[in-house]
Amino acid sequence: MGARPIASLNSLRFGSFDHPKTRYLLNGVVGGIAGYGNCIGVPTVGGETYFNKCYNGNILVNVFSLGLVKKERIFKGVACGAGNPVIYVGSKTGRDGIHGATMASEEFDEKSGERRPTVQVGDPFTEKLLLEACLEVMSRDCIVGIQDMGAAGLTCSSCEMASRGGTGIEIDLSKVPRREVGMTPYELMLSESQERMLLVVKKGYEKEVEEVFKKWDLDVSVVGSVTDDGLLRVMNDGVMVAEIPARALSEESPVYLRPKERPEYLSMTQRFSIDNLPEPTEYAEIFLKLLGSPNIAGKGWVYRQYDHMVRTNTVVYPGSDAAVIRIKGTNKGIAMTVDCNSRYCYLDPYIGGMIAVAEAARNLVCSGAKPLAITDCLNFGNPEKPGIMWQFEQATNGISDACKRLNTPVVGGNVSFYNETQGEGIYPTPTVAMVGIIPDINLHQTQWFKDDGDVIVMLGKSYEELGGSEYLAVVHGIEEGMPPGIELDLEIAVQNACLEVIQKGIIKSAHDCSEGGIAIALAECCFSGPKFNRGAKVTISENIRGDCLLFGESQSRIIVSLDKGNLDHFKEIAEKNKAPFKIIGRVGGERLVINELINCPVEVLKQRWKMAIKERV
Amino acid sequence: MKFGIIVFPGSNCDHDCYHVIKHILKQEAGFIWHKEGSLPPVDCLILPGGFSHGDYLRPGAIAKFSPIMKEIRKFAYNGGLILGICNGFQILLEAGLLPGVMMTNRSLKFVCDNVYLRLENNETPFTNQGKLGGVLKMPIAHFDGNYYADEKTLQELKDNHQIVFRYCAKNGDITDDANPNGAFWNISGICNKERNVLGMMPHPERCAEEILGNEDGRVIFESIIKSFA
Repeated sequence: MGARPIASLNSLRFGSFDHPKTRYLLNGVVGGIAGYGNCIGVPTVGGETYFNKCYNGNILVNVFSLGLVKKERIFKGVACGAGNPVIYVGSKTGRDGIHGATMASEEFDEKSGERRPTVQVGDPFTEKLLLEACLEVMSRDCIVGIQDMGAAGLTCSSCEMASRGGTGIEIDLSKVPRREVGMTPYELMLSESQERMLLVVKKGYEKEVEEVFKKWDLDVSVVGSVTDDGLLRVMNDGVMVAEIPARALSEESPVYLRPKERPEYLSMTQRFSIDNLPEPTEYAEIFLKLLGSPNIAGKGWVYRQYDHMVRTNTVVYPGSDAAVIRIKGTNKGIAMTVDCNSRYCYLDPYIGGMIAVAEAARNLVCSGAKPLAITDCLNFGNPEKPGIMWQFEQATNGISDACKRLNTPVVGGNVSFYNETQGEGIYPTPTVAMVGIIPDINLHQTQWFKDDGDVIVMLGKSYEELGGSEYLAVVHGIEEGMPPGIELDLEIAVQNACLEVIQKGIIKSAHDCSEGGIAIALAECCFSGPKFNRGAKVTISENIRGDCLLFGESQSRIIVSLDKGNLDHFKEIAEKNKAPFKIIGRVGGERLVINELINCPVEVLKQRWKMAIKERV
Repeated sequence: MKFGIIVFPGSNCDHDCYHVIKHILKQEAGFIWHKEGSLPPVDCLILPGGFSHGDYLRPGAIAKFSPIMKEIRKFAYNGGLILGICNGFQILLEAGLLPGVMMTNRSLKFVCDNVYLRLENNETPFTNQGKLGGVLKMPIAHFDGNYYADEKTLQELKDNHQIVFRYCAKNGDITDDANPNGAFWNISGICNKERNVLGMMPHPERCAEEILGNEDGRVIFESIIKSFA
């Protein structure tokens, strides 16, 4: 596209820690992301890591990368101008990854190990060279179109480029650089060897392009040319081995209208009622248990392995609501986050999809950013099953409806189906990545409490709801109920109020309430600062059960702290935006005290939270 | 003064160094491609962080054969200032411009974090603006920062005051807990006997601006500029 990648996020889903392969996979995936991302010099600035037994057989690794490009210098994957040369650059082609994309679109069974050769072998060093060389060649005036060779390799990139340009492409396979002998045309066209790009260049500029790629020690070869007959024609040693209309393989692919049906499990999970759930008496123990739950615990073990500072733009490190980077040469900042609570999506995919968007936006707002747009990665089971197709439709509807109301267009995305092992699908996991802008980077906000004596206020409303909560899963072993309700009018009111008080410099911290409810959110406000802990004394008067009050996951809630002197101004802005709020306490001391229910030293809470993952791996 | 930043294939922190020198310290800076056969006129060379040649074989092991290394050696022998940061330090070790070797971190994992360093020698062109025994906070980001040298070399380093930085606790105490990678004697930066070549694992260019929450790295660049004033 012409953009330099400036930051990455990832969303990782593993099985439960008691599954024998989880630790091995966690170590391998995190090490793999570190090995590749660090080497190409793109900081991994944030993300999420979840654990649930539904991923025991199919872990998910979703990565988001953000690039910076001047809008008048955007390049597209398009082949124009009959006679223009088609140039292959990057690594040589091998037999790795043949049928890689098709493998990823099948269910796994006990024989899946046999398909290992379909996995591509990446080389980050070559990727780094390719990245720099492409950016260098793009800075000159010679590129017509450019596309990476991803799924289905040379076949897909050539057809898509021709199809978008309304042209054809003729490729001579004998010109394709290869790392193995005896490769057939079929293998060459379908190899998914990594770190390769296909370029269409203005005629006459072949030499100039070649020089740039040779400087970076990369393979470069003119493999064909653009034609005007709309056909992909593949030649091998003077013999035509394939000829097919390019559009037939790209634009004109069939659209599936698969049968859908509400899955039966929902009538069981939705029968859950908290009336049958015993109310706990000992809250401190439950609180510590939740802080140590892998889904809530600090993820330092993960992101300490990622270079999250290279390029010297990272203003807010991983571990906050959203990562914040500055844009050099401007006063602006960008905040970004990835979100999806797949348990919510399992219990109600429509609400789960909406919450993924709403929470992502809320995370950005807490950092002082105005949400701009999303992209998503939709991970589901086998769509040939009507229940899975129904989940898919519901979740995407939820995302769509929330995006319309929050005014955040879906500018791209990715779909991953067939995430099933021996017939068991993962929870529907539509991961949402959202990006927002901070007009003045000096006015970005962080989640931790700053000064003793500051007033703690909660924006939003709490309800008596526990369905799908981390508390219910970790403490009672139940993944049932309806996920928390989401009211987009309230969400927007809360977000608008929060953004306004941040931009006017009225508050000192803002933190979203999510998994583990208000108790966990308050704990994070107390101990997540880079320099010091802060205690807090909180009194929440709600006419709801103690466990719902502390650990319920009602949506559209943000905890803020501010100087007492700014309280009137804060109230005025909240009321103007119709955002409900409650003053709930004061920052100070060395303990976190919530009503008569919790009274613990902050350092004890922090150690539990910080060490939980490290102790398990 | 004029800085030259060497760009190896796989260098990642070249732009970061350029940014700090050019836009924060307002000095001249230019990139030098590793295949160049000669150096332009510069006062100080920086070998930046990154993964030169993908760190294949060993970090720095292939970069030492780059054509520009011959010129860098000459520049060093003639007393030119050379600062190697992270991968740059590893290259200086492999090239024999500094003594000792780097091993993989004792955790066997990449580590990216903020650490504390104690300044052990402020009589070098790279540290003359620092306080002897003072504590600096700086980021590290590496897989192979576990410095090792044999007893004899270590003794020489000590005798000649070539150890410039050591990992320490926030209060300046040298402890094993404060050692992020297992480096021998908590060593995080050394210079040559002549004091004109410095290698350090921490990244001063990542902490030279207020917006990034830490300006402790500025002292390195300010010292270099001072030594030329």
